[in-house]
Amino acid sequence: MSDNLKVTVDGIEVEVEAGTTIMQACEKAGAEIPRFCYHERLSVAGNCRMCLVEVENAPKPVASCAMPVAPDMVVSTTSDTVKTAREGVMEFLLINHPLDCPICDQGGECDLQDQALGFGGDASRFEDNKRAVENKNMGPLVKTIMTRCIHCTRCVRFAQEVSGVPEIGAIGRGEDMEITTYLEASLDSEMSGNVIDLCPVGALTSRPYAFTARPWELRKTETIDVMDALGSNIRVDMRGREAMRIMPRNHDDVNEEWLSDKSRFVWDGLNKQRLDRAFIRRDGKLVPASWDEAFDLVESKLNGKGNKTAAIAGDLVCAEGQFALKGLMDALESPHVDCRQDGAKISGPRGNYLFNASIAGIEEAGALLLIGSNPRLEAPVLNARIRKRYLAGDFPIAAIGEATNLTYETEFIGAGADTLADLLAGKQSFADTLKSAANPMIIVGQGALTRDDGAAVLASAIELAEKTGASFNMLHTAAARVAGLDLGLLPGDGGFDVAAMQEAAHSGALENIILYGADEIAGASLGNAFVVYIGSHGDRGAHRADVILPSAAYTEKQATYVNTEGRAQMTEQAATPPGEAREDWKIFRALSARLDITLPYDNLNALRAAMYESAPHLARLDEIVVADAPQTPSHDGLGTDAFTYAVSDFYFTNPIARASTIMADCAKAKGARIGAEGTGTDG
Amino acid sequence: MLRDEDRIFQNIYGFEGAGLTSAKGRGDWDNTAELIKKGRDWVIEEVKASGLRGRGGAGFPTGLKWSFMPKESDGRPHYLVVNADESEPGTCKDRDIMRHEPHKLLEGCLLAGFAMGAHACYIYVRGEFIREREALQRAVDEAYEAGLLGKNAAGSGWDYDIYVHHGAGAYICGEETALIESLEGKKGQPRLKPPFPANMGLYGCPTTVNNVESIAVAPTICRRGGSWFAGLGREGNTGTKLFCISGHVNNPCNVEEEMGIPLKELLEKHAGGVRGGWDNLLAVIPGGSSVPLLPKEICDTVLMDFDSLKDVQSGLGTAAVIVMDKSTDIIKAIARISHFYKHESCGQCTPCREGTGWMWRVLERMAAGRAQAKEIDMLLQVTKQIEGHTICALGDAAAWPVQGLIRHFRPVIEERLANGPMQEAAE
Amino acid sequence: MSVRRLNEEQPSEFAFTPENLSWAEGQIAKYPEGRQASAIIPLLWQAQKQAGGWLPEPAIRHIADMLDMPYIRALEVATFYTMFNLSPVGEHFVQLCGTTPCWLRGADELKDVCRKMIGEQGEITEDGKLSWLEVECLGACVNAPMVQINDDFYEDLTAKKFEQILNDLRQGNEVATGPQNSRRASEPEGGLTVLKGDK
Repeated sequence: MSDNLKVTVDGIEVEVEAGTTIMQACEKAGAEIPRFCYHERLSVAGNCRMCLVEVENAPKPVASCAMPVAPDMVVSTTSDTVKTAREGVMEFLLINHPLDCPICDQGGECDLQDQALGFGGDASRFEDNKRAVENKNMGPLVKTIMTRCIHCTRCVRFAQEVSGVPEIGAIGRGEDMEITTYLEASLDSEMSGNVIDLCPVGALTSRPYAFTARPWELRKTETIDVMDALGSNIRVDMRGREAMRIMPRNHDDVNEEWLSDKSRFVWDGLNKQRLDRAFIRRDGKLVPASWDEAFDLVESKLNGKGNKTAAIAGDLVCAEGQFALKGLMDALESPHVDCRQDGAKISGPRGNYLFNASIAGIEEAGALLLIGSNPRLEAPVLNARIRKRYLAGDFPIAAIGEATNLTYETEFIGAGADTLADLLAGKQSFADTLKSAANPMIIVGQGALTRDDGAAVLASAIELAEKTGASFNMLHTAAARVAGLDLGLLPGDGGFDVAAMQEAAHSGALENIILYGADEIAGASLGNAFVVYIGSHGDRGAHRADVILPSAAYTEKQATYVNTEGRAQMTEQAATPPGEAREDWKIFRALSARLDITLPYDNLNALRAAMYESAPHLARLDEIVVADAPQTPSHDGLGTDAFTYAVSDFYFTNPIARASTIMADCAKAKGARIGAEGTGTDG
Repeated sequence: MLRDEDRIFQNIYGFEGAGLTSAKGRGDWDNTAELIKKGRDWVIEEVKASGLRGRGGAGFPTGLKWSFMPKESDGRPHYLVVNADESEPGTCKDRDIMRHEPHKLLEGCLLAGFAMGAHACYIYVRGEFIREREALQRAVDEAYEAGLLGKNAAGSGWDYDIYVHHGAGAYICGEETALIESLEGKKGQPRLKPPFPANMGLYGCPTTVNNVESIAVAPTICRRGGSWFAGLGREGNTGTKLFCISGHVNNPCNVEEEMGIPLKELLEKHAGGVRGGWDNLLAVIPGGSSVPLLPKEICDTVLMDFDSLKDVQSGLGTAAVIVMDKSTDIIKAIARISHFYKHESCGQCTPCREGTGWMWRVLERMAAGRAQAKEIDMLLQVTKQIEGHTICALGDAAAWPVQGLIRHFRPVIEERLANGPMQEAAE
Repeated sequence: MSVRRLNEEQPSEFAFTPENLSWAEGQIAKYPEGRQASAIIPLLWQAQKQAGGWLPEPAIRHIADMLDMPYIRALEVATFYTMFNLSPVGEHFVQLCGTTPCWLRGADELKDVCRKMIGEQGEITEDGKLSWLEVECLGACVNAPMVQINDDFYEDLTAKKFEQILNDLRQGNEVATGPQNSRRASEPEGGLTVLKGDK
C-alpha cells in the first residue's frame, strides 16, 4: 500500500500521507477549518467541536482535528450540515460567554470574536442568565477572567505536556467545570506566559499588560530576544517609545512558538533604570555630564595607558558593539580583553563552545548527558525541547550536578567532576548508554566551566563525547557570548582574563577598566581602577563606574546576536535609545576618534563589512555554519567539587531583568511558593 | 411467555443464596474448563451465533466486539473490563446480577476474557453500589479460594485474575472510554475514537468493555449453545433480556423475559399493569431515560426489542421501562431527565456542556408555563445542535428525551404556555 | 450540579490510619506497576470514610503523594466525582434520589420530609446526626422511591416510613435496610410472576 492517500475536499483532490488528519488534508486543499481547542503543538483534545466537517458515508459530522484520513475519503467543509454544526457550536460557546469585549484585553486578537463574525448569529436566543465564574489567582503574570473561559483546555495541556509542570487543571464537571491551579497557587513554570497566547479568548490574559493598550495602537517590531542564549524570535510591541509587551514569533528550529517568562515579561525593565545621559563621578558622586565632558575624562585617563587598560564585555551586548570594542582595544594595543565575565574557561575552536547538535537536533537525539547544566533555568524553551524529545519516549537522560526537577525523568548520576572522571574511566554505565544510542548528546553548562578546573571539565566533556560518539554541546547563558568568542574577545598575548584583571586592578598593574554592559562583576573587585561603564541600565556596573556612557538596549538597535548553537540573527530597532544614549558601536567609534586611534568605519555597513571579514559566518543570518570539531584544551586536571548551576535566581540574571518590577513580582511569588508546601508538581 | 427453564438468571430475586454452593447448584461453573478447551474461536462463534447484542444500551453484537481484539498479543496484555457502572435512570438489573447471581458474571468474565486473550479483568462497579460491590467481592474471593480464578483458573490451563474496581458518582463512566479513563485514575471524560479500545484501551492495551448482563449470559449461551439463545426472540433481536419496570405500574419489578415481548404484555403480566388500568397510561420510556418516550397509542402494540423500538423512533436501550400514567406532568418528567443530563455531562464537548443546561432551563420554564411558544421550536433546534455533535453519546442521550417530548406532546406544552404567566402578561 | 468547592475550614493535615494504609497498599497492588493512579478513587473514598463522610483537602494531597500524582490531577478527580463530599456531612448522610423514576413515585414527598426533619440541602442538624442531598439516579428504580443513607439503600419508601427511619437513625435504633414494604428485592410485590417453580 502506498503511503499516500487521495482525499477529496470540497471537490478538490489532494494527496496526503497516511496518518494525516482530515483538518490537515483540508488545509492542504485550501479549506480553512475553524477551531478553538486544536493546537498543532499540543495533544488533540477534540472537545470544542468547532472543526466538524462532513465525511461521505459517515453517520454524523466528524471532528476533523482528530480523525485520520481514510483512502478516497470525500470531505465537505461547506455543506449545510457543516454550516449548521459550526453555527450551533458557536451559539453554544456564546450563550455563556460575557459580551464584555469592550473591556477585554483579548479584543482585536480573539479567536472567539473573529469566528463569531464568521459563524455567529445576529441575535441571542438564550433567555436565561449567563453563567458567572469566579476568577482564579494564577500569580503575577497570568490574569484570569474565568467567565470568559470556553473550556478548550489548551492551558491544561500546555502545562502538562510542554512546560512539564502539571499545575493547571479543569475541576468540577459539566457546565461547572473550571480551570484553576491547585488552591489557586501561582504558576510555577518558567514558561507560564505561553498560556496567554494559547488561550483563544480573554480568560487568561497578561496581568502586567492589563488595560494598558489595545493591540491595534501598538507598533510591532519583529526582533530577537537576549534574555538567554537561545535567541528566541520575538515581537516587541511599542506605544511611542515605551515597550508595552513582548510576544513570541514562531521559529521551528529555535523557540517553536514558545517564550520563557523572562523573555516575555522583562519589558518593563526596558522602561526603568535607564541610563539616558552621560555621568561622571565627582567627589564620589555620579553627576550628569555632557558627552564631551565624559569623553574628556575618559581621554585623560586612557591616553597613553593602552596597556594599562582592560575591557570586559557583558552578557547582553551585540556583536557589532563587541567588534568595535575589540577594535578599540587593538588600537590601544591592549591585550586585556575578555567576553567571559563569568570566568568560564572556554577556549579552542568554535566547536568547543557551540551547541553543535543544534536545538532542533535535540529531537533526533537518542540519549542525553547534562554536565553542570540546569536547562530549565538556563534556557527554559530549550528545556521544553528536551522534554518534547523525552515525551516521544526511549530517551535516557542523566545529569551530573545537584538533583533538581528538570520536568523530565533524569538520573542524577553524580554531583561533580569526579563523576565525569568515572564516565571517562568506564566506571559509570551511562557512558555505555551514550555509546549505544543513536545521536547521543552531551550538554555542558556554564556552571561547570567557571570553576578553577573549568578547562579540565571542558576537556573531559569533549573527550567523553569523542569516546562515546556523542555530540558536544555547550549551553550558554549569555546572548552575547558566542559572538564575543567568535570575534576573539579573549585575552591576547600576555593579556589578562577577567580574574587576572581583578587582581591587576588591585595591584595597580591595570589602571583603567572598560565595562561594556558587564554587570555581573562585583564593584569592589575592581580595586581603585578607573571604570568606564558603557551600558543601558543603572545596575552594578554603573554603580561602580567613574564615567557612564549610555548605550542602547537590545530593542533599540539593529544588531547581530549569535545564539548558543551558532545561529546569527539580527535584532530590529523597535525604539530609539532614550535621551542622549547612543548605539553601542557609535560610542566606541567616537571614543576612538577622541583617542586619535579612529576606527576605520563610520557607518554600520562599513563596520559590518569589517566584522564579516573577521567572522564571515556572522553574515549568514539564521544559518548554522558547521563548526570545526572540538579539541581538548590543555588543563591542570579535574577537581572533585560538586557542580553549581550558572542560574539560580532565574528572574534576576541581567540588568534589564533586575530593573523589571514584573520580574521582582515573579521572584516574590516564587519565594512564597518555596516557603509554602509543595504542589505535587515537583516530581 | 418465556418458560422458566429458559430463564438464565434463576436467582435474580435472590431467594436462593448468592454463594458458590448455591450458584453451582444452578449450574454455574459446571466444567468451565471443558468450554475453554474448545478454544477461543469456538467461544466467539457461539456468542456470535447466539445473536447476543450488548445489553448496556447500544446493542452492538457482542461476539463481533470480542472478535475485534487482536488474535495475537504484540506483547501488550489484553484486558476485559466489565461495565458495572449501571446508572441509566430506570435501570437496576446489573445490580441484581451482582448481588444475586455474581458467579454467572465471574464465569462469564473468564470465558469472555479467555476468548479475547485476556488474563486480567476489571469490573467497574458504580460507587453507590457499595453493598453490591461487597457481594461481588465475596464471590470473587470464593472463586479464588475454589481455584476458579487465579492460576489455571477452573482447571482450564488459563491464568485469570478478576479485580473489583469502583467509581464515585459519575454516570458518564458508563461510556466505555470514560470508564477506561476513570479506571486509569482520571476524570471520566470520553476519549476520541479512533483509536478504539480494542487497539488502545486500558493502559494503552487492547481492551474490550462489556456490560454486566452481556457477560453474565455468556456461560449459559456456551453451555446451551448459541442456537438455543438465537431461537428466542426474533432475528437480530434474540434471546432473553432483563427488563426493569418502574414508575406508575402496580408492581414495579425486574423480570427476565423473551426479547420482543409486547410492551403491554410485559407490563400486565409482570408488573400488575398500569396504575389505574391500561387506559390510564400516558406514556412509556421504554429503554432508560436516554430514549424518546412513547405515547399510549404506540405502547398499545409495540414489541420490546431493538428493531421494533427503533422503528417507532425510540430504542430498547437498557430495557428499563419507565411508565407514566395520566397524572404525570410530562413536561416536568422530561425536565427532570434533562436535569440529570446537565448534572452528568462531563463538560468536555461544547454542545453537551452548554446545551444540556440550556435545555434544562428552558424545560423548567416550560413546565412552569414561563416560556414563549416560539421557544418550543428553538428547543427542538437546540437538541439537534447537540445530537451527533459530541465525542460520546451523552449528548444524543440528552437530546432524545426532549425530542420525544416535543414529538408526542407538543400540544401539552403549547397549552401550558398559552395559560402561562408570560402569555397573561402579554395580554 | 452546582459548583462544588472545597470547604473553607480544613484540618491541617491528613494521614491514613495504619489499617487504612495497609488496605490502601492492597488496593494499589491491584493495578500494574506504574499504574498506581488507578487506585485514586478507592483511596479517596477510604479517606472520606476515615474523615467522617467528607474529603478534607489535606487528604487529596496525601493521596496524590502516595500515588505520585500532581495535586491538580487529584483535585480534578475529587471534584469530578460527586460522591466525594467536599464539605462535612451528617453522621447519617442521606442521598435522596430525585431522578424521574423516583420522582414519579413520590421523591418530592421524601424531600419534604428531609426539609422538615433536617433542613435545606447541605445543612447538618444541630446534633450532627443528619444531612441530606438530592442526587441523581441511584440504580434501584424498580424499588422507587428510595434513598441511600451512608452505605445502604432504603427502598420502596413512603414519607411516613422515611420519617420513621430518620427518627430511628437519629436515636441510634436499629433500622432495616433495603425495601421497606414486603419485598425482598426487585420481585413484584404481591406474588411472583416467574420462577415460581418449587420456591
